[in-house]
Amino acid sequence: MALTTYLEAIRQGIEEEMARDESVFLLGEDIGLYGGAFKLTDGLLQRFGASRVIDTPIAEGAIVGAAIGAALMGMRPVAEMQFIDFISCAFDQITNFAAKSRYRWGGGVPIVIRGPAGGGVHGGPFHSQNPEMYFVHTPGLKVVAPSTAYDAKGLIKAAIRDDDPVIYLEHKFLYRRIKEELPEEDFVVPIGVAATRREGNDLSILSYGAMLYPSLEAAELLASERGIEAEVIDLRSLLPLDREAIVATARKTGKVMVVHEDTRTGGIAGEIAAIINEEAFDYLDGPVLRVTSPDTPVPYSPPLEEFFLPNKDKILDAARRLADY
Amino acid sequence: MTAKASAKRKAVKRRPASAPGVSARMMPAPLQPMANPGLSRRQLLELHHYLILNRLVEDKLTALYRQGQVHGGLYSSRGQEAISVGTAYALEPTDLLAPMIRNIGSLLVRGVTPRDLFLQYLARYDAPTHGKDGTLHFGNVDRLALIGPISVVGTLVPVMAGAALGARQRGENRVSLTYIGDGATSTGNFHEGLNFAAALKLPLILVVENNGYAYSTPVDRQFAVESIAERGAAYGVAAESIDGTDVLAVYAATRRAMERGRRGEGATLLECRAFRMRGHAQHDDMRYVPKELFEAWGARDPIDRYEAFLVEGGMATAGSLQAAAEAIAPQLDRAAQEAIDSPYPAPEEALKGVYREPGYERPWWPAE
Repeated sequence: MALTTYLEAIRQGIEEEMARDESVFLLGEDIGLYGGAFKLTDGLLQRFGASRVIDTPIAEGAIVGAAIGAALMGMRPVAEMQFIDFISCAFDQITNFAAKSRYRWGGGVPIVIRGPAGGGVHGGPFHSQNPEMYFVHTPGLKVVAPSTAYDAKGLIKAAIRDDDPVIYLEHKFLYRRIKEELPEEDFVVPIGVAATRREGNDLSILSYGAMLYPSLEAAELLASERGIEAEVIDLRSLLPLDREAIVATARKTGKVMVVHEDTRTGGIAGEIAAIINEEAFDYLDGPVLRVTSPDTPVPYSPPLEEFFLPNKDKILDAARRLADY
Repeated sequence: MTAKASAKRKAVKRRPASAPGVSARMMPAPLQPMANPGLSRRQLLELHHYLILNRLVEDKLTALYRQGQVHGGLYSSRGQEAISVGTAYALEPTDLLAPMIRNIGSLLVRGVTPRDLFLQYLARYDAPTHGKDGTLHFGNVDRLALIGPISVVGTLVPVMAGAALGARQRGENRVSLTYIGDGATSTGNFHEGLNFAAALKLPLILVVENNGYAYSTPVDRQFAVESIAERGAAYGVAAESIDGTDVLAVYAATRRAMERGRRGEGATLLECRAFRMRGHAQHDDMRYVPKELFEAWGARDPIDRYEAFLVEGGMATAGSLQAAAEAIAPQLDRAAQEAIDSPYPAPEEALKGVYREPGYERPWWPAE
């Protein structure tokens, strides 16, 4: 079977869900005729027609608002933010209308809002952000961030089938760099469940998105240089977090570090450290460390962006410090 | 002077006289007589019923508020009842409706009971939101084609455009109607939602209740166009400016908009002009409203006008109209007492329903 890229995997997931359930439809800018800025939705207009793949005006607030209205009518819209950075334009509809609807009157809003997040492509401050925490901080939403092609497909299916609003964060750096052989049959990756990518007893590295890969590289280097076996956990879901997996790995290794591309303050590493503090403090043999981008906008020029982003060397450095503690 | 200067002077003078400090566009337009757009006597009296029910329900809520029974704010639609009632009465029961805060009248037409409303304002468990949210922030799409608002004004415009889109995708020829105030037409949501509806030719009826004020902000400070209806052309949608104190004119304009929507001709911007005869909310004493404005609009009370129309047309007598109001009063007393006697939600209810879970799989109101 052919290798499927992360991007193709998302398209496959969307296409299969659209074939399976006629209430699923897409809306967003340039997704139909153009096939999407990254060609992710290429071919879907031709297959499903203009009423199910809708090219919209430039209006993220209206795109999400309309998705909410259609969802209340029983449809299952998947709204694209051409770059996830533009999700800020829809913040009101997402956090005030969609997130609070079921809580207040039982009216669930089964929408998916998806788009390319993350840096490493010299996109600058407005095409490289990781906005997850605005939404992790909003009860009523779910937030997922796949790292592998398999999870990209399984999680978009889970998100579409979920009866609550899901923010689905694709990492643009991974779009064509990650390829995998995928099973033919239908599969879903459950929301709220982390995946152990590498087993180990000595220390735990928790990560997600594009940072999974330098984390795995750092773990291999740590093993070969020091014989230290790091456990690498791919969070996959940020809301709900897999608290069980976080606590289990903390209790297992006693040394935990979190790696995320998101900026430091208010990033999920802080939340994870608090959880570990509450539920595994007695098991710790060292502080919960974090490797993150600094508290700045994402810079544009390559040397600036390289300085900004975490990488395997920074991760290895922190892992050594934690191992030595 | 030259002919050109003379013409220019005449053009300026064409505006109707107004009190100093009150712009002409905030005053009522010249009074036009009410005309029956083809309703039967039964329908005309039904309209009257909803108008007075609207007012009496709000009077009762005001009484409850003064007794300290109402939690949070209370927002009156006094003077604007013809807009809520006329629009909602024109819709089919399956057309999608989303009220804003001053549209209790539309909910009453749709079948929401006074008891439901009192439970909401008194924050009881048996309220349509189990006490999770107040005022009119509730709905039921499957049974009542009703979507509730949130407090952020303007958000309903894209949502109701989307509801119309959802109906279209399901092969249902249903229009969608919501309200917005003069103030909220300044929001991004208004612009994005109306443009979205226009670009996709969705049958959205956007009723702009131009009541002169957004809290303390008069329309003169809110926008530079003479009339909000002018904006329809800017979006490529049909638009009308209607006397919002004339329930029959409101009804007729809504029917036109509905027919337009069902014919596939897209959205309508329906500006209905009235006046907010009470403050923004109960605490607001309206000291910022010029007395002249208040008096001019006070003479256009929608219920007084309609009752005069009915009596002059021989559809009712002053006595029969009075009797109609008297029949409602004890029902409202009973409903209010039921609400007062109704229990509050258990504290732990605060944790429920953030996500889908038993009891929160679908709306629990109205009871089946």
